[in-house]
Amino acid sequence: MLRRSDVIGWLLASPLVLVLLAFLVVPIGTIFVVSFWQATEFSIIPAFTLENYEFLLTSPVTYKVFWATFQYAAICWAATLLIGFIVAYYLAFHIRSNNTRMVLFLLCTIPFLTSNIIRMISWIPFLGRNGIANQTLMELGLIDQPLEWLLYSDFAVILAFVHLNTLFMITPIFNSMMRIDRSLIEAARDNGASDWQILWNVIIPLTKPGIMIGTIFVLTLVMGDFITVRFMSGSQSANVGRLISNDIALLQYPSASATSMVLLVTVLMIIGALMRFVNIRKEL
Amino acid sequence: MSKMRYSRRSLLKTGAAAAAASALPAPMIWAQEIKNITLRQFGTGVSNLNEVAQKVKEDLGFTLEMTALDSDSVTQRAATQPDSFDIADIEYWICKKVWPTGNLQAMDTTKLTNYDKIVGIFRDGKLTPESVIAQGTAPHTVGFVEGPGSTSFAKEQTQWMTLVPTIYNADTLGIRPDLIGRPIESWAELLNPEFKGKASILDISSIGIMDMAMVCEATGKIKYGDKGNMTRDEIDQTIAIFTEAKRAGQFRAFWKSFDESVNLMASGEVVIQSMWSPAVTAVKTRGIPCVFQPLKEGYRAWGGGLGLSKSLTGAKLDAAYEYINWYLSGWVGAFLMRQGYYSAVPETSKEFMTPNEWGYWFEGKPAEEDIANPFGQVMAKAGETRDGGSFYERMGHVACWNSVMDENQYMVRKWNEFIAA
Repeated sequence: MLRRSDVIGWLLASPLVLVLLAFLVVPIGTIFVVSFWQATEFSIIPAFTLENYEFLLTSPVTYKVFWATFQYAAICWAATLLIGFIVAYYLAFHIRSNNTRMVLFLLCTIPFLTSNIIRMISWIPFLGRNGIANQTLMELGLIDQPLEWLLYSDFAVILAFVHLNTLFMITPIFNSMMRIDRSLIEAARDNGASDWQILWNVIIPLTKPGIMIGTIFVLTLVMGDFITVRFMSGSQSANVGRLISNDIALLQYPSASATSMVLLVTVLMIIGALMRFVNIRKEL
Repeated sequence: MSKMRYSRRSLLKTGAAAAAASALPAPMIWAQEIKNITLRQFGTGVSNLNEVAQKVKEDLGFTLEMTALDSDSVTQRAATQPDSFDIADIEYWICKKVWPTGNLQAMDTTKLTNYDKIVGIFRDGKLTPESVIAQGTAPHTVGFVEGPGSTSFAKEQTQWMTLVPTIYNADTLGIRPDLIGRPIESWAELLNPEFKGKASILDISSIGIMDMAMVCEATGKIKYGDKGNMTRDEIDQTIAIFTEAKRAGQFRAFWKSFDESVNLMASGEVVIQSMWSPAVTAVKTRGIPCVFQPLKEGYRAWGGGLGLSKSLTGAKLDAAYEYINWYLSGWVGAFLMRQGYYSAVPETSKEFMTPNEWGYWFEGKPAEEDIANPFGQVMAKAGETRDGGSFYERMGHVACWNSVMDENQYMVRKWNEFIAA
């Protein structure tokens, strides 16, 4: 016999379960199934073949592209963490008034009022050969020739990624910092800890869950992206997302599915490993 | 209650209408029904123009809904969602991919009023009787099928047409003459180290590979059997040459959409690149010099047409034929020709153009007065001639048509390697 409270529990959970089933589990299941199918130019043939995975795992392009994706992810993670941590630290510990703090925090979110594609594309005229950055540098006499590597380069890709994703690092870190009991810091100071010791032994351990959540956001966003890489590298660099989008454009759904599955597993493994360092559920 | 009862007057009215309808069946019912018909057309942005839909409403009375997509999405939709459209406005190489799915139905040429006036390229493949047929997916090779239900292409003209040709052009490289400062005559210039970091090519594999082939052949490094249907070895060599150039920093960027190509050129990031004619126009209308440079090796041509969805029947099918006949009757042709494309039936379009426009766009004569496009933007000043000259001069120098190769899948993989390199 089911107890009444159990039934209510199930009923309360069911909307979310249904939504997740319909929009997460079923699509991923479909992608998984399709990844074993065959495709020709114009049709998809339900079959069971390992060809897609075989090609994927034996092609040097795959490794090169995955390596590029990891590099983007790692560099963006380091940059967003550094910036995000400093901004959050400033907001949480240096600003005394709650109102000022909230106003400044909202300022951080203002760029998010426009679409991220627009924010990304607006870098292009800024960084271009005859763009504002090059013109300014030349007028200041710092350079004679325009800097070519500013745009359509890995530098541009990473710049855009950091610009787009830093807020996802700021928010959870800021949130964790605000929950730190200030008396812990006072106690540390009373016991003679220096500022660095407080930062290293008190604040960083207590903001770990925020850092971890931000890390998951940034890694998944960067690893799943294709449009930023396409626009900012002028299509000259590739990451896994672009491989998938190229396949989809050419109707190679099975191959796109196989690549997606490999990417999904990779990202899940990374997140799984991260979870071992910090128990987010306990800390929340 | 009174509303429910038939009044004598209304009975008389319906009676009269019924009598008239049975006496003169077709026109009455046609006129009634056609207003309710909506045809859904989708295709690339080139010819999916709202002006055409408005004119259809005026001239034919029914509604034409247009959706513009990029060529990859068009292929995808035609191949996978046959019920989402009535009319597909697609390119011939897309037709080669999509036709075998059976999502389109062949058209009866006897129902096309201007069929015999359609340019030879789309019928027997020859522009003039002496013409040599270019490489690639030439439109006539995928233009006909043996019968209404057939999914394979006929070798020669039959009564059943796959696409009714509507628009085509010859493409070449676009250049910034002000930033290059010397004449450009060959496709080989795209890889000239002089333009290091200032060249671009398009990142649409099926078209990009053709531009690459034009370049490789022009440099003399590769001799192709058929650029439109390369062997694996030819694909490997072509990609290798371009990968080397990419690593050496020859390219500033690759572009995928029309706007990107315009911005690359207009901003001066790129001075020589694969381009499409309306993109050249878009750069020019910003007051920036840009030339669609005729090259000695010839052009890469493309052509598009209208195909009918398998699911079209009855009055909608009749309306679709009506629309296609109207399309070939001149107004649209002139509308497209005034933007620099060609109409499949040029002679009907002539009536809708001024002699000056006809002379400039079709005959390659110097403009007697300023030439404006249908949107009122000045395309050429008095005295200028069209890049590449007359219709026969341009379409007569096609080296290759946009195509799908037998080794397409292999080519796509190699293309991915090139982008990732």
